[in-house]
Amino acid sequence: MTANVAGPLREAARWKKAEFAFWLLPVAAYFVFPSDLALLSQIAITALFALSLDLILGYAGIVSLGHAAFFGTGAYAAGLLARAGYGDPLLGLAAAAGVAGALGFVTSLLVLRGADLTRLMVTLGVGLVLFEAANKLTAFTGGLDGLQGIEIKPLLGTFAFDMFGRTAYVYSVAVLFAVFWLARRIVHSPFGISLQGIRLNAARMPALGTPVNARLMAVYTLAAAIAGVAGGLLTQTTQFVSIDVLSFPRSAELLLILVLGGTGSLYGALIGAIVFMTAHHLLAGLNPQYWQFWLGLVLIFVVLFARDGLMGALRRLAARWASRFATRRRVA
Amino acid sequence: MTAALEARGLVKRFGGFVATDGVSLSVAPGARHALIGPNGAGKTTLVNLLTGFLAPTAGSVWLGGADVTRSAQHRRVKRGLARTFQINRLFADMSVLESVTMAVCERQGSAAHWWKSIGAHAQAVDAAAELLARLHLLDVAHAKTKDLAYGKQRLIEIALALATEPTVLLLDEPAAGVPTGESRELFETLLQLPRSVTIVLIEHDMDLVFRFAERISVMVSGAVLTEGTPAEIAADARVREVYLGQASHGATAGRRAAASPAAPPPGAAADGSVGLHE
Repeated sequence: MTANVAGPLREAARWKKAEFAFWLLPVAAYFVFPSDLALLSQIAITALFALSLDLILGYAGIVSLGHAAFFGTGAYAAGLLARAGYGDPLLGLAAAAGVAGALGFVTSLLVLRGADLTRLMVTLGVGLVLFEAANKLTAFTGGLDGLQGIEIKPLLGTFAFDMFGRTAYVYSVAVLFAVFWLARRIVHSPFGISLQGIRLNAARMPALGTPVNARLMAVYTLAAAIAGVAGGLLTQTTQFVSIDVLSFPRSAELLLILVLGGTGSLYGALIGAIVFMTAHHLLAGLNPQYWQFWLGLVLIFVVLFARDGLMGALRRLAARWASRFATRRRVA
Repeated sequence: MTAALEARGLVKRFGGFVATDGVSLSVAPGARHALIGPNGAGKTTLVNLLTGFLAPTAGSVWLGGADVTRSAQHRRVKRGLARTFQINRLFADMSVLESVTMAVCERQGSAAHWWKSIGAHAQAVDAAAELLARLHLLDVAHAKTKDLAYGKQRLIEIALALATEPTVLLLDEPAAGVPTGESRELFETLLQLPRSVTIVLIEHDMDLVFRFAERISVMVSGAVLTEGTPAEIAADARVREVYLGQASHGATAGRRAAASPAAPPPGAAADGSVGLHE
């Protein structure tokens, strides 16, 4: 019975051909754009950051305007650890995940209360508090000057971070892929499905026996830890921490990236980051002062005409192609 | 014998309004108990209090002999208390199988598993498929909930509640909005539930109530007016008055008044099949 009935449920969790093709992109990019590896690393890191927001927003339905709090915490954790002489990259990421995750766990208690607007304000507030704390604690964070003198040891004791950013790029993409793979497993698991249940109908879940708060705390903590890893990666690949890792614009931009790419598919987060960062790079090069004009215009179009973002538009396009192809075959 | 579900002096005030006014109710294990009363009598509020959706102002709720007044809603579900909602509360974008499997995972204790996909949880998928088969929903197992007809959606509402394997099931107007033919079918399904499941039913259609229930409590203005067997309730002059009073309130109450026990033939419930308005 299971084999037939469970078919479509199992199918959803299986890797599709298009996904394998997608992951060839970062490999190809390494060879096609060898002089842009610094930018490409930034894209991978932003994608990881967006992925963490998608887990709470796209799956569990928690809106946040302060996700940079965790990104920044991870960035400082990795930076301070390296400055203290512990410059091993993976150890740094573990610390970034741990500290950011701990902060996520504590602040998750705040986002349990209230609906969307409350959550927006609470997350915004936590972000602002952290930013100003970092600004004030100059002895600790370097304040507005940033955290300098960070020395990162070779990856796995072997691969030094080179001036062309090759190691940094491969490292960033490898971490992105590993976390993506984990997140992909999670969203298809019973835990992930229950998060979707909470997003779709939070009031029904307790009537099914679901401890809603515990689930939300778990995913918020997880997303915070992943955001922390993204922040840690930024520190390690740039060997510097600027205070704007904690800034409000970073949180707002992240939300924008995710909405642009499309929520609740994981790939939307990646595509949003790629498109946003590339557009930013190109448009800012053409017109450094006014590039946000175009960004704003695109955002309005996406929200009005493709509410499920670029990922949703791609899906519809693929579906249309598939049906057209099917008709043509039938005709033939 | 310990009651499957018991309310002791439940009171719920919303500001100055008393929605539940000292309700005491005892439901025996295996019972088929109906809760009737005019609109605004406080039936749904009572269900909300019993399930923990609302906290009572005073009084207590007992489940299988244990005081659960302070237990959260999901804890009561784990103890065997499930409910359906008067207005569908479903997972619009999920397939039927997915949402029911999700509920089954919760009961089987695998809902927090984060490694294996839900489709690979064979035990849960099997149980969900079996349940869907029982409710004649297997053919739409992979359809999205929002694409189904209203009658089917009402069945999913029940499937989700049954997925928790309740010992006590509270059905809040399960047939509300369902066309007459389909509501009979729905009740056939409910009648087939094993006696290990105690059922409390809220329903406006007296035809269905008298077919289904073995005991009936009548609620008026937040309090229990009377309780008895269907025959006793049918013969009760006060109940008759409550419903006649309701009938004079206009069009919306019309259909219900037509099916009300205002003038039931004696022994209507004894054979369990006589439609009151036929």
